[in-house]
Amino acid sequence: MKATTIDLSLINLPKYALYTTLRMFAALFASLLFTFVYATLAAKYRKAELIMIPILDILQSVPVLGFLTFTVTFFVGLFPGYEAGYELAAIFAVFTAQAWNMAFSLYQSLRTVPNNLIEVSRTFKFNPWHKYWRLEIPFAMPGLIWNMMMSMSGSWFFIVASEAISVGDVSVQLPGIGSWLKIAIDNKDLGKIAWAIFAMTAVIILYDQIFFRPIVKWADKFNVGQVASQLKPKSWLYDLIKKTRMLVLLGKPLGKLCNWIIRIKFFSKPTYSKSAKQKNPIIENIYTILWRMLVFSLIIGSIIFLYYYLQAYLSLQTLLHVFYLGFLTLLRVLVLVALATIIWVPIGVWIGLRPGMTAWIQPLAQFLAAFPANILFPVAVIGILHYNLNTNIWLSFLMILGTQWYILFNVIAGASAFPNDMKEVTSIFKIRSWHWWRKIILPAIFPYYVTGALTATGGSWNASIVAEVVSWGTVTLQAEGLGAYITNATNAGDFHQVVLGVTVMSIMIVFCNRLFWKRMYVYAEKHTGYN
Amino acid sequence: MQKKNPLVEVKNVRHFYNKGSGSDFLVLDHINLTLYEDEIVCLLGRSGSGKSTLLRVISGLIKPTEGTVTSPDKEVDWVKNNVAMVFQNFALFPWLTVQENVEVGLESLSIKSNEMQSRAIKAIDLIGLDGYENANPRELSGGMQQRVGLARALVVKPQLLLMDEPFSALDVLTEEILRADLLDLWIEGQLNTKCIFMVTHNIEEAMLMADRIILFGSNPGKITGEITINLAHPRNRLAPDFRAMLDNIYAKMTEKDEVSAKNSGLFSGMGMGMVLPYISTNILQGFMETLETNYQGKADLPKLSEILGNNNGEVLQIAEVLHLLRLCEIDDGDVSITPKGKLFALGAIDERKKIFRDHLVTYLPIVTRIHAVLDERKDHSAPISRFLSELGDYMPTLDANETMKAVISWARFAELFAVDESQDKFYLE
Repeated sequence: MKATTIDLSLINLPKYALYTTLRMFAALFASLLFTFVYATLAAKYRKAELIMIPILDILQSVPVLGFLTFTVTFFVGLFPGYEAGYELAAIFAVFTAQAWNMAFSLYQSLRTVPNNLIEVSRTFKFNPWHKYWRLEIPFAMPGLIWNMMMSMSGSWFFIVASEAISVGDVSVQLPGIGSWLKIAIDNKDLGKIAWAIFAMTAVIILYDQIFFRPIVKWADKFNVGQVASQLKPKSWLYDLIKKTRMLVLLGKPLGKLCNWIIRIKFFSKPTYSKSAKQKNPIIENIYTILWRMLVFSLIIGSIIFLYYYLQAYLSLQTLLHVFYLGFLTLLRVLVLVALATIIWVPIGVWIGLRPGMTAWIQPLAQFLAAFPANILFPVAVIGILHYNLNTNIWLSFLMILGTQWYILFNVIAGASAFPNDMKEVTSIFKIRSWHWWRKIILPAIFPYYVTGALTATGGSWNASIVAEVVSWGTVTLQAEGLGAYITNATNAGDFHQVVLGVTVMSIMIVFCNRLFWKRMYVYAEKHTGYN
Repeated sequence: MQKKNPLVEVKNVRHFYNKGSGSDFLVLDHINLTLYEDEIVCLLGRSGSGKSTLLRVISGLIKPTEGTVTSPDKEVDWVKNNVAMVFQNFALFPWLTVQENVEVGLESLSIKSNEMQSRAIKAIDLIGLDGYENANPRELSGGMQQRVGLARALVVKPQLLLMDEPFSALDVLTEEILRADLLDLWIEGQLNTKCIFMVTHNIEEAMLMADRIILFGSNPGKITGEITINLAHPRNRLAPDFRAMLDNIYAKMTEKDEVSAKNSGLFSGMGMGMVLPYISTNILQGFMETLETNYQGKADLPKLSEILGNNNGEVLQIAEVLHLLRLCEIDDGDVSITPKGKLFALGAIDERKKIFRDHLVTYLPIVTRIHAVLDERKDHSAPISRFLSELGDYMPTLDANETMKAVISWARFAELFAVDESQDKFYLE
């Protein structure tokens, strides 16, 4: 129907790289806006919190890629006949990959502002606006920035998948690295794929150096811990800016402006303690119950809606079949995460305990996590075709390709936080080998591992949507699973099947998280770690 | 004596701590207190007694359930708008420089930014931090950080300066210097403040600073006495009249209160509601040994605290725990060993454990209760959280946690019952 032609001559590559980067930053900006509004409301209004946080929890575990069909339809509907609709759809897809963890981070920070600083802000009569910018946001800054970086890394995967959109018989390629890649794959042009990888690497390094490093260095001052961390963030650009007199002079009025904005009296009354306000517990309870009922009926309502939407299509047999496919994908995810654990935990520990090594491996692992594994899919296809391998087994590895690094760098982080005196104790008592692993280091890194494994699992579910159906030129390989089901339905433009597939996958992910990972978290918090 | 002008009047303040479960817990009971101009008043009481709550009521941070805090002939909110506070843990914004931290105090006032700066710099100079304006709080020592806290409070020129255990997070030497500097500024009239109201649990500190000491009892928090100190500054802690007054305060603080004296000794609350301080058994043993071997079983509390090099609030607490366990007796500022206590002090470790065990079960209602429950249960185990929530019916969560921590550590020493904190379980061995 509509096709912007993607020209694979090298001269266009920088332009495409720029477009892709702009899309990602547009999405990041949108995510920030969303984060500030959503997290602030959830943190400040208990009633809002009751519904907003569970929603965020679900959004976080829903396979975003599966929604591409709907969002494209929606945004194209907003701007019929224009490319802007597709642009927005792509940006929205990236947004959905970035926003949730950022919002969570801000929400959690806002809820854990140290009490003594709150008291200071109250004795000095900060109004809510003043308090928000002077105390709450600075306190939340380090966590938020860390999550922004994670989000940026994660979103490469989505930009590659969402720039070249095809829903049913509509196929659009937006100018960008993702589309370049798609065309290169269709043309079986390995050289152009290599160029795309190169361009992407350059972009990642550039925005890390120019954007994130300086910010991380600047934000280091917001870390509340009394003891300065040993690993000080470094940034040549930040140092350069600090040393450039003109920039510093220019910065001064900016700082003044910020201070002025902070001091604007939007609300004249400072907040006082509510402890004296005698809340009637019975009325409070009734409120809560009413609220819960509302939430509950909303959930029931959406289930009924889904049922009617799928009714004509849904038979017990299809449902069973989709769940069967779901279990196949679940099995893959679990086996792969287990494999990645066996491989990366020992390596991560080994690296983490050697500070010199950690200093340069850690950024590398973060880069690898950013690297969109979908770029490497064609290589897998060539390999599978060449050796005539079983697609059901070998395509599975693509799912973990991009997400295994989360396990690695979380384990590194855990091991490098292993206290020095504990290292000394183990060497004094000559604690060795298996005993050392089981009794000392594994419990110590466990909370970190859980975080990493949870992220890896979620990522793998998402990846299954693009990894279970892979093509190279005209050849398309398929594995049996829920991901392939969703992809095929998307390509066929069958909305009913997409809805069913995504719903089943969401249900499985939510259950998996509730039944397994949540418990692991609780266990980790109670029994392991350094505290 | 000249006529004193009242600055702040606290009238009939009662405050309930709302636990949300419907049952309210009385923290402050009928507090009546007047602060006058030109005086330093110290509120002296043990930790967990509600002193800090009273301070927060005066500052306006907490609105009391009943009663008022006003200034004579002034509008209702006058006090709230004319106080500043110095916090125990400094409470500085780590992301702001020293100067910005001080300016924070002024930000909510309608002041131009250059006036803000000049006032902040003046306050920083006054408190002896000139040259550190652009430093980050993290780069400063504890003493310097608290100076920033002081400058931040003083910059708003508060009529009443409130201080919540301002020196207790500092080491002894720093504390001494900072206190002396503050007193100098006060005496020279450079603080721009009419009255200082300070909360502390350190008796000597109160003695060194205060014109008036208000004794504060706990559970519920209430004023139990008042002592005027007319000694000239700087005060010499070795001077005989200083020692005499110190003894006097110790005596007053250890005076038995008729109601609770009968069964629970000196601790706030009775029975299960007793709030226990966490004190290591090593310290308890050390105290007993010193008392028996160096003092033949009877000593003067202030002297003992000097020898032990301890903060005197702590020594008092140690003595009180031992009193509660009937290993010592406190009377009129003196502490003497009981016959069982003597056996304990002279005994070997197993003997000690046995005595400690018997006394824990007999004299601490919460231990009696845990022991009984474990005894009657078939598997001889019970969740810790259950007892914690039982304690919670009598005291705020923070105190309940501290009490449980004390019970666990003492029971471990006594080998009375085993504790598995990770499994949230007590069990008999």
